[in-house]
Amino acid sequence: MDTERLLAQLLCQYENTPGGLLPLLHAVQEDLGYVPPESIPAIAEVMNLSAAEVHGVISFYHDLKTSPVGRHTLQVCAAESCQAAGGRTLEHAAQEQLGIGFGETTDDGSVTLEKVYCLGNCACSPSVRIDNETYARLDATGLTALIANIGQGEGAS
Amino acid sequence: MSQRFFIPRDTTAVAVGANEVANTLAAVLSEQVSEATIVRNGSRGAFWLEPLMEIETQGERVGFGPLFPEDVADIVALSPADRTEHPKYLGKLEEHPWFAGQQRLTFARSGLDDPLCLDAYLSRHGFDGLEHALHLPPEDIVDEVTRSGLRGRGGAAFPAGIKWNTVLQAAGDKKYIACNADEGDSGTFADRLLMESDPYMLIEGMTIAGLAVGAQQGYIYLRSEYPHAWEVMHTAIAKAEAAGYLGEGICDSDRQFHLELRLGAGSYICGEETAMLESLEGRRGVVRAKPPLPAIEGLFGKPTVVNNVLTLAAIPTIMAGGAEAYAALGQGRSLGTITLQLAGNIKNGGLVEVPYGATLRAILDQFGGGTRSGRPIRAIQVGGPLGAYLPEPLWDTPLDYEAFAAAGGMLGHGGVVVFDDTVDMAQQARFAMAFCAEESCGKCTPCRVGSVRGTEVMDRIIARESLDENMALLDDLCETMELGSLCAMGGLTPNPVRSALQYFPEDFA
Repeated sequence: MDTERLLAQLLCQYENTPGGLLPLLHAVQEDLGYVPPESIPAIAEVMNLSAAEVHGVISFYHDLKTSPVGRHTLQVCAAESCQAAGGRTLEHAAQEQLGIGFGETTDDGSVTLEKVYCLGNCACSPSVRIDNETYARLDATGLTALIANIGQGEGAS
Repeated sequence: MSQRFFIPRDTTAVAVGANEVANTLAAVLSEQVSEATIVRNGSRGAFWLEPLMEIETQGERVGFGPLFPEDVADIVALSPADRTEHPKYLGKLEEHPWFAGQQRLTFARSGLDDPLCLDAYLSRHGFDGLEHALHLPPEDIVDEVTRSGLRGRGGAAFPAGIKWNTVLQAAGDKKYIACNADEGDSGTFADRLLMESDPYMLIEGMTIAGLAVGAQQGYIYLRSEYPHAWEVMHTAIAKAEAAGYLGEGICDSDRQFHLELRLGAGSYICGEETAMLESLEGRRGVVRAKPPLPAIEGLFGKPTVVNNVLTLAAIPTIMAGGAEAYAALGQGRSLGTITLQLAGNIKNGGLVEVPYGATLRAILDQFGGGTRSGRPIRAIQVGGPLGAYLPEPLWDTPLDYEAFAAAGGMLGHGGVVVFDDTVDMAQQARFAMAFCAEESCGKCTPCRVGSVRGTEVMDRIIARESLDENMALLDDLCETMELGSLCAMGGLTPNPVRSALQYFPEDFA
């Protein structure tokens, strides 16, 4: 489905949802991988908001993106419980192995690296999340192995 | 001989390998002739024992853990009589010292069954509280909650009954129940465990809240960092609706309550109640000034009960067992049970539910097992990123809201993050400021700008530049943030900073 039709369908779906802007933006991002800036005027019109208000919401939330990100997202927990259990080592190891900083995407577009503040996995810190899977009790070696496996099986199709 | 095998599917269990154990078990069992089923239950919260496997044979259920996939075949091959000899044998979990020392009310069912099985929920007193509440006038439900002494479990510890009564008395054509499931504090996972392991209990608690204050619509604001909790809650709401426990005509009565799950978008401040309401309304999660209180003008400007997951999940127990039984636990004005989450550098991490009043040290001695690194504990941060770092002499403080406040700490949402003696407290103080800079909603200047300046001052202190001058500046910044911020984000960020300075001055010298 092209972007315009998809957007029209989603706008129809959330138009009358009370406080529906956030669920709408989540849905757009779920389908397109990000919220295209050119979609903002249409979103604003249907939700009866100004484009500035829609932009304000998108820019407020860490999860919402206005440009494409990697095919996979690696989030390293940088909060206190993980810090206490060696999380800072993982923060360094992830950057070193991927050759990028936090908030950046690898050149081949496979992985976006992010910091996250708590995955709620704190009894078995430190933790990382790759897409929707969470991993715990990690050390640098374990993280290296996980990163090496990201995207394996991709490209076969 | 029919057997049932239980392997948890909660986020942490899976994160440490429960799916691999379950897959191996399925392969091993497929080669057997005897009848066996695998149940993917929730976790009991003893995460240090995960991946855990329990085997139920003729009504008796025993556990093994923590397991590797290669342990599974040997354990399955054991006759019941020989199991006790296995090095990973744990016996009946209820009799294991780590559980026997707890008093579980809210987490009584956690980890026993498939969390989405309604029959299992019903067989363990599920919806008893709702059935009782359906026969009471709203005032009586509110009165029961008030007499139980239940206080908000999100951190602020406001008496739930008083809040509910305000919403009940408030005029409004519509009222709402908003459940705060934006559990952002590091070191906490109780909300997640409850939603993943006993989701109907939260649904039941919210429905009772709706009956009590006259609200017909509820929202659960769930953080996006919890994808598994989202799936479980989403399915649980659909199943509860289909079975007549949500929606129109609850339990064949003429009452209705609708529930919608909403997803956060990675913002810590949206755990603050007014920022959460803004976010639910589809706006930036910017804190509102109070008054008006959300109980009077809350979601979409209507009277709203905003409660944390654990507060609402305590309601079914109170309604089914009575306020007096609940209030008989705990001490002073901290009644009922506290859910502590042992985290950080800890050997036996997990969820401990006990009556209020025990000391932090007693809990750590009884359940914690020391640090995972084997080194001495140096500092404990209780109550999340806005909580103080407590040194050894303060570990004798009883777990009670007033006692903790008197000691300069706070219980918050019950997170207990343990640090060993390798921690650099100046770095922890810097992180507190940097975290506030990252997550401030930006409304109040002392929080938005003060935290950025605070991080810079901490960098200079760590570099030992003009130490006296920068220390004075840091103190001044902390005071400005404390006095000039609308909410706890800016107001309490100085807590970890000041406690690190006060109790661990050697790291700043």
